[in-house]
Amino acid sequence: MTAIVRLENVAAEVGGRRLLSDVDLRVDAGEFVALLGPNGAGKSTLIRMLLGLHPVAAGRITVLDRLPAQARQDVGYLPQRRRFDPDLRVRASDLVRLGLDGNHWGFPLPFKRNRTAAERVSEVIELVAATAFADRPIGELSGGEQQRILIAQALVRRPQLLLLDEPLDSLDLPTQSSIAALLSDICTNQEVSIVMVAHDVNPIMSYLDRIAYLASGKAVVGTPAEVITGPTLSALYGTPIEVLHAADGSLVVVGQPEPPAVHSDRHHSDGHHHEYDRDPRRPHSH
Amino acid sequence: MIAAISLLHLISQPFLRNALIAGIAISLLAGLVGYFVVLRAQVFAADALSHAAFTGTLAALAAGVEPRFGLFAATIGVGIAIGLLGNHGRADDVVIGIAFAWVLGLGVLFISLYATGRGAGNGTASTATLFGSIFGLSSGQAQFAAGSAFVLILLLLGIARPLLFASIDEAVAAARDIPVRFLGVVFLGVVGATAAEATQAVGALLLLGLIAAPAGAALLITDRPFVGLAVSGGLATGSTVLGLLVSAQIPRVPPSFAIIAIATAAYMFTWLATTWCRRRG
Repeated sequence: MTAIVRLENVAAEVGGRRLLSDVDLRVDAGEFVALLGPNGAGKSTLIRMLLGLHPVAAGRITVLDRLPAQARQDVGYLPQRRRFDPDLRVRASDLVRLGLDGNHWGFPLPFKRNRTAAERVSEVIELVAATAFADRPIGELSGGEQQRILIAQALVRRPQLLLLDEPLDSLDLPTQSSIAALLSDICTNQEVSIVMVAHDVNPIMSYLDRIAYLASGKAVVGTPAEVITGPTLSALYGTPIEVLHAADGSLVVVGQPEPPAVHSDRHHSDGHHHEYDRDPRRPHSH
Repeated sequence: MIAAISLLHLISQPFLRNALIAGIAISLLAGLVGYFVVLRAQVFAADALSHAAFTGTLAALAAGVEPRFGLFAATIGVGIAIGLLGNHGRADDVVIGIAFAWVLGLGVLFISLYATGRGAGNGTASTATLFGSIFGLSSGQAQFAAGSAFVLILLLLGIARPLLFASIDEAVAAARDIPVRFLGVVFLGVVGATAAEATQAVGALLLLGLIAAPAGAALLITDRPFVGLAVSGGLATGSTVLGLLVSAQIPRVPPSFAIIAIATAAYMFTWLATTWCRRRG
C-alpha cells in the first residue's frame, strides 16, 4: 500500500528559526492521525507544509506520492479560523458549491444547471448531516453547523486526504464529540485519510490511529497509548510529566512546562468532568 | 395614452437618450460591483475612491488635459494602490483613512490652481464633478461611458466566481490556488473605474449610493450569491432609468437626486419588508 503522506527527516523553520527537526511520519489510506503539542510547536506550520504553502527546511515530504504543492488540488483543507460574520448572507450550500468549482473563472450561467455538481453538493451535505440547515445563510449557523458545512466543502471534490487545523476549537464539548465521530466516520466509510491539528486529544482519542506529538523541536509518533504516557512525554519535554487517567477514560497531562504564548483565552467552554484540562493555569494537550 | 406619447417624445430628445445610454450601462456596472463591495465590506474603500474621482478630475482641469483622463487615472490608480498597500488585497481602515484626507487635500489644491489659471473662480466644473451632470453628456461622451462600462462588466463577470470564493473564504480559496491577492487588487481597480463611471452619472459625492444601496437591498432579498448579483444590477439600473425619467418630467428635480432617492427608497423598502417578514415568521 502506498502512503498518503510521508515525511522523512523533515525540518520546519519559521522566520529563520527552527521549529522542528527530524520528523518522520507516515499516514496510510483511511488513517486518522492527530498532531498534538503546545502552541508554537509547529503543528499549523506542518499542515501548511503538507499543502505546499510553506517551504520544507530539510528532509522530504510527499503527499499522494507527489510534491505537496502538486497534490494540493486533491487535498481537502480546513484552515484554523474564527467564525463567519453573523451578517454574511450567503447560503451554506453555496459555500460547499464553491469548494467544487469556486476556482473556475467566469460565473454560472442562468438556466444551465449542472446536475452532476448539484447532486454532488447535496450528497456531501447529507454525508455530514447538514441537510437540515444547508439552505440557511452561513452566518446564522452555530459553530458546529458551520464546521459541518466546511467539512462538506473540504470533502466535495472527493479528496484522498483531509488536512484540518483545529476543527474542534471553540466548540462546546457535545459538539466536539459529534464532529469527532463524524470525522472518524468519514475516515472509515469514505476511505479518506485525516491529519488533524488538535489542542485536546480527549474528544478524538478513541478514533485515532496515530498521534504525532510535537514539542521541544522534536516529534514522537505512535498510538495514543504509546505516546501519551508519563515516560514518553517526560523524555520529549526533558522534564517530569505525569499522565492521569480520569474515570471517564480521558487523560490529563500534568507538569507540562508553561508554553510561551497566551493560551488561556481559547478555553472558554467548561466541561464539568474535564476540569483539569480546561484549567487555563494548567496547559495540556492530552 | 397621453403619458405614453409624452414619454416617447421625451426619449426622442437627445439629452435624455444620451443619459439613458450612459446611465443604464453605468448603473448596471455599479450594481454588480457594489454587490462584491458590500460582501467584502469595502464600502469605505469605495468612498475613498469617490474622493479620488473629484481630485482626479480637478487635477486634469488644472493641468489643462481631458478631465475624464484625470478621472479614470486617479480612481483606478488609487484603487490599485489601496489594494497593494492593504493586507491580502483587502484595504484596511487606517490606510484608506490616510488616503482619504490626502486625496481631498490635493483636490482643494487643484481647485485653487484651476481657478487661478483662469483668473476667476469657476465653480461649474467642480460642481458637475461632485453632483454629476448626466443630462449634459454629449453623444460621444455617452457612448464612451457605456462602452467602457460594458468592458468593465465583462471583466467583473470573468472573475466573479473566484472573487466570490476569495471574498467569503480567503484561506481555503488561496489553498485552492486562487490568486486571492491579485484578485483583490484587480477588483479595487475595477471599483476605481466604476467610481469614475458613476461620477459621470450621479457625481462623486453621490456615487456611493448607487454602489451600496442596490447591493445592500439585494443581500437582504436573497442569500444566493449569483441571484443577488443579478438583483443588485437590476435594482441599480431600474433606479437610474426611473430617476432619469422622473427628472426629465419634473425639471426642478435634478437627475442625481432622483436616482439616489429611488435607490435609497428601494433599500429602505426592502429593509422594512424583510424585517417585517422575519418578525412574522
